Amino acid sequence: MKLTSRSKVVSNKEQSFSESLYLPGIIKGMSITLSHLFKRRATVKYPDELRPMAGVYRGQHVLKRDDIGAERCTACGLCAVACPAEAITMESAERKKGEEGMYREEKYARIYEINMLRCIFCGLCEEACPKEAIFLTDKIVDTEYEREDFIYGKDKLVEKMTARIDVTKRQTKEVIEFKKLPGLKHNELFDGKSLNKGKKH
Amino acid sequence: MKVTIDGIEIDVPKGTTILQAARLIGPEVAPPAMCYYTKLKTSGGYCRTCIVKVSKGSTANPNPMPKPVASCRTEVMEGMEVQNFTSPEILEARKGVVEFLLINHPLDCPVCDQAGECKLQDLGYENGSANTRYEFKRREFETIDIGDKIKLHMTRCILCYRCVKVCDQITDNRVHGAIHRGDAAEISTYIDKAITNDFSGNVIDVCPVGALTDKTFRFKQRVWFTKPVDAHRKCTKCSGKTRVWLKGEDVLRVTARKDQWDEVQEFICNSCRYDHKKKSDWVIEGPSPIARQSVISQNHYEHLNDLKVEIMKQQKALGFMDLEKRP
Repeated sequence: MKLTSRSKVVSNKEQSFSESLYLPGIIKGMSITLSHLFKRRATVKYPDELRPMAGVYRGQHVLKRDDIGAERCTACGLCAVACPAEAITMESAERKKGEEGMYREEKYARIYEINMLRCIFCGLCEEACPKEAIFLTDKIVDTEYEREDFIYGKDKLVEKMTARIDVTKRQTKEVIEFKKLPGLKHNELFDGKSLNKGKKH
Repeated sequence: MKVTIDGIEIDVPKGTTILQAARLIGPEVAPPAMCYYTKLKTSGGYCRTCIVKVSKGSTANPNPMPKPVASCRTEVMEGMEVQNFTSPEILEARKGVVEFLLINHPLDCPVCDQAGECKLQDLGYENGSANTRYEFKRREFETIDIGDKIKLHMTRCILCYRCVKVCDQITDNRVHGAIHRGDAAEISTYIDKAITNDFSGNVIDVCPVGALTDKTFRFKQRVWFTKPVDAHRKCTKCSGKTRVWLKGEDVLRVTARKDQWDEVQEFICNSCRYDHKKKSDWVIEGPSPIARQSVISQNHYEHLNDLKVEIMKQQKALGFMDLEKRP
């Protein structure tokens, strides 16, 4: 029974003289190979040269600090519960008197760990975050030799004050405007001027 | 007495309130209640979330009641007709009540230990609007320690007075009450007196918000990362039947068991609540029933069967073929 119309009968015929020289075949092949010398290269010389990245590229996470440098994360656990890969774990602690400049809220994350091997970089954690604390950045997670080194703690995740990370590209214009509404800034103390004239949503 | 709530008729004895009658029918007609508590005498009548419309007073006097009434404090009459979720004006009025309850309540759910099992969160989600119209400073308080095990966040309090009723009725001598009046009212122990009674810890369980929290559980873990199991132990003071919240092998906290109306089934003593934080102290009966919609069931899979039934029901309603009977 014939299974397909594309089947070929294999012939066992002898090579002709010109074929046995292999020369036309070699010329044909080399011309293809050499023509690629003059074509545009498909690769770049990474890491000296970098391809442009989208502003919303989902790479390594950052735990943001606020304007005065206090950590925004309050260890509410919403990122961890949203995480489909269960990569995030945290432990919370209570802020003591005098630590107001270090932590924004009464409670903060004493331990915050993301397992970068588990993480699928879906960005649901930044979507879930009510405190604008966690964002994904365009930094690609470094390669490591040991599996343990992929568990990133606060030392690697928290934003350094000397190297602030801009995340405004990750927020749409509407979101940035929405967050300016005074009624939503429950952390701020009322200064007597800014009244909530927020639009209805 | 025959009473009709949202078109469903039920026969209840004399002296039953509308709220109790509605609860007898089921959660589909029962109004939400923030301050009323079945097990606490004279509770209710403060929060107004349970308001309903009485469209027919009784068979003898079929006139409707002129205003929405608090169903927790209104007794049923023969032939009474009540509208709850079927009345648009009640839904609108309840939305206003929720807005009032949230006036001074801070939006600190990410910090609050009650988040995930908070009735005010549920109420706000179901009835409130997402935005606030309030333009003034919310009242703020320093946290107060009531004894060494209870933390009072007066900022979050909605003044339901349940904790005051507990101290009045469950405990022998009242040292926990309210001071000041009106919008200045505060819950307080009378001049910072610690509550030493064996059952004082129950104020934590009756609190519908995160105003009274367990200091032994404070900021330990979010509730949805803990697994609630029903457990018991031999206790000389109380029944010893509790709900133990586990994380791995650790007992993070112990609370009383709650029924479907979020009310404590049996009050437990402080010894069970605070002093037995080892898994070996407890005989575990099994996982606690948690509503599928609750965030606490987020990481549990006990309810897959409920989910299946629910999906089948919806598919049937949409005219899908019955999957079980498929050839």
